[in-house]
Amino acid sequence: MTVVARDGDAGAAAGASRPAAVTRLFASMAGLDTLSKIWWTCLSIGLFAGIWELCWAFGWADPKLLPPPHIFLGNIAEQGKFFNTATRWQVGQSMNAAPSAFESVMITVGATTMRVFAGLVIASVLAISIGVMVRYWHVFDRLVLPTITLLSPVSPIAWLPVAIFMFGIGNAPAIFMVVVALFFHMVLATISQIDNVSPNLINVARTMGATKRQIYARVIVPAILPGMLAVLRLNLFGAWMVVLIAESTGVGYGMGQVIMLARNTFNPSLVFFTIAVIGVLGFTFDWLLRLAQRRILYWLPDTKEKLRVL
Amino acid sequence: MSSDRAPTFSSKDAVVCRGVGKIWAAGTKRAHEALRDIDLDIQPGEFVVFIGPSGCGKSTLLYLISGLEDATEGQIWSFSDKVETPSPDRSLIFQETSLFPWLTVWQNVSFGLAIRGASQAERRAVAAEALQRVGLSAAIDKRPDELSGGMRQRVAVARALAMRPKVLLMDEPFAALDVQTRARMQDFLLDVWRDSGASVLFVTHHIDEAVALADRVVVFTARPGRIKTVFPIVLPRPRNLFSREAEAIRIQLTELLRDEVDRAFAEQEALAATA
Ligand SMILES: Nc1ncnc2c1ncn2[C@@H]1O[C@H](COP(=O)(O)OP(=O)(O)OP(=O)(O)O)[C@@H](O)[C@H]1O
Ligand SMILES: [Mg+2]
Repeated sequence: MTVVARDGDAGAAAGASRPAAVTRLFASMAGLDTLSKIWWTCLSIGLFAGIWELCWAFGWADPKLLPPPHIFLGNIAEQGKFFNTATRWQVGQSMNAAPSAFESVMITVGATTMRVFAGLVIASVLAISIGVMVRYWHVFDRLVLPTITLLSPVSPIAWLPVAIFMFGIGNAPAIFMVVVALFFHMVLATISQIDNVSPNLINVARTMGATKRQIYARVIVPAILPGMLAVLRLNLFGAWMVVLIAESTGVGYGMGQVIMLARNTFNPSLVFFTIAVIGVLGFTFDWLLRLAQRRILYWLPDTKEKLRVL
Repeated sequence: MSSDRAPTFSSKDAVVCRGVGKIWAAGTKRAHEALRDIDLDIQPGEFVVFIGPSGCGKSTLLYLISGLEDATEGQIWSFSDKVETPSPDRSLIFQETSLFPWLTVWQNVSFGLAIRGASQAERRAVAAEALQRVGLSAAIDKRPDELSGGMRQRVAVARALAMRPKVLLMDEPFAALDVQTRARMQDFLLDVWRDSGASVLFVTHHIDEAVALADRVVVFTARPGRIKTVFPIVLPRPRNLFSREAEAIRIQLTELLRDEVDRAFAEQEALAATA
């Protein structure tokens, strides 16, 4: 391939082809890096599953209570029947009628994921706006902050009845639960991020005659973005936990409902299968968010790399 | 006393300080007097260097003149306007690097123009010109974290120049540079200063730098900073820093400073002993 390129461009191109070659090398290294990451992820999960399987093989883990992965992953078609239960009941269909097991799993997973996603987006937008407003207007600070601080230690469980009173059954109460579980912490996190913006950066903008609005838009918001994305990633897992609680208490169909069904019918295989699905979903979300983080925060140095070589 | 302080300055003076004092955290338990009784007149186009022991309030005075902080005593004028808020006419280059990490070099340099709503083409043109003056044309599209410390500081200088200020306040801008680079930066700064006609107030710990640059050197006492002496340097420019006259000035400035640094240390030790 290199030979072809050299023939085609000749002479002058020899110099230019070197950076291209370097870029290609880096690209292939990045590819290797991803591969090795996948490999380590598989190894980590494989190790965990392997220990579990061993315990089963030695008879230490009772397959009726702690069924190992090959059992609870082995009969997906069977498990799938329990998914999407609510819709089936709603339309009065029998267990064996459509949709298929796979479709049921997808519908349930889709519903739960959508709730988590909607909750995260609404909570982040609300929390960042309110946090910025608290610092922007002193009156707003004094008027709103005490209430937010007062409500932030309240467990999401306590909001559950409120969610049902206000929104009844369906998507709305589940999304509300996710929002309420994240919102207060994220407001406080936003405020503390703003307070930690380097005063020098703000002063630079001030000496150049920036107005308060310009300072917020051009300095403070970009400066707090890295911290806010980190907060969002931490809260992502919180959102997954809360959505299950909301769904399990009759707020509608979804993964939480399946877990409750498994508990009530004493079906450990179904419990572990659902846990596995939630794990994969959470992992994927986190990975997507990390990708977005690297895209948006292109200017941040990679400290992790430096820690690795220590 | 106060009648002496009536504004008897010429309204064309670039910076005028009358009885300026600063107490940080005034009125609290942590109140801390940084500056006392500063009287200073700086002419348009004058190059003034501040030297003094660490912690004597040199940076504080630049903050006050820039308008970022308010004086607790006295008043400051610049070109007959009272200094109350920051103004693009007075650019401050900070002691620590202060580039926006999320902007490229040229976006950093033209930040002030972006605030005024200039078009992208205009901003890039101004940035390119300012970067050329600091010898960083090649770095125009880089990000700050890809530059060395000295390069970042030069970008900060370019950013200040892009505002075409009447007063350039520089807080130890070349402290992090090696001797050779610093010498080149001094030459370049003198060129820029001559072209722009701005007054420069320049803080340094290097007496060599003061001798190379200053029309007048202001020597501060240990904290609370007061003006100990204002020392004119009348060497012709471009200066021969190895001449006997330059050497004599260096020795004089070193002596003036030594007493104050000794006093600053004695005071800090006394404070540590009581604590
Ligand atoms: N933002 C601040 N809040 C409270 N005290 C401050 C603040 N900035 C400076 N000080 C205090 O004011 C005094 C003067 O500080 P300043 O930074 O002006 O000194 P400096 O002469 O610039 O010192 P150096 O040469 O080390 O930079 C110091 O004692 C410092 O502790
Ligand atoms: Mg200082």
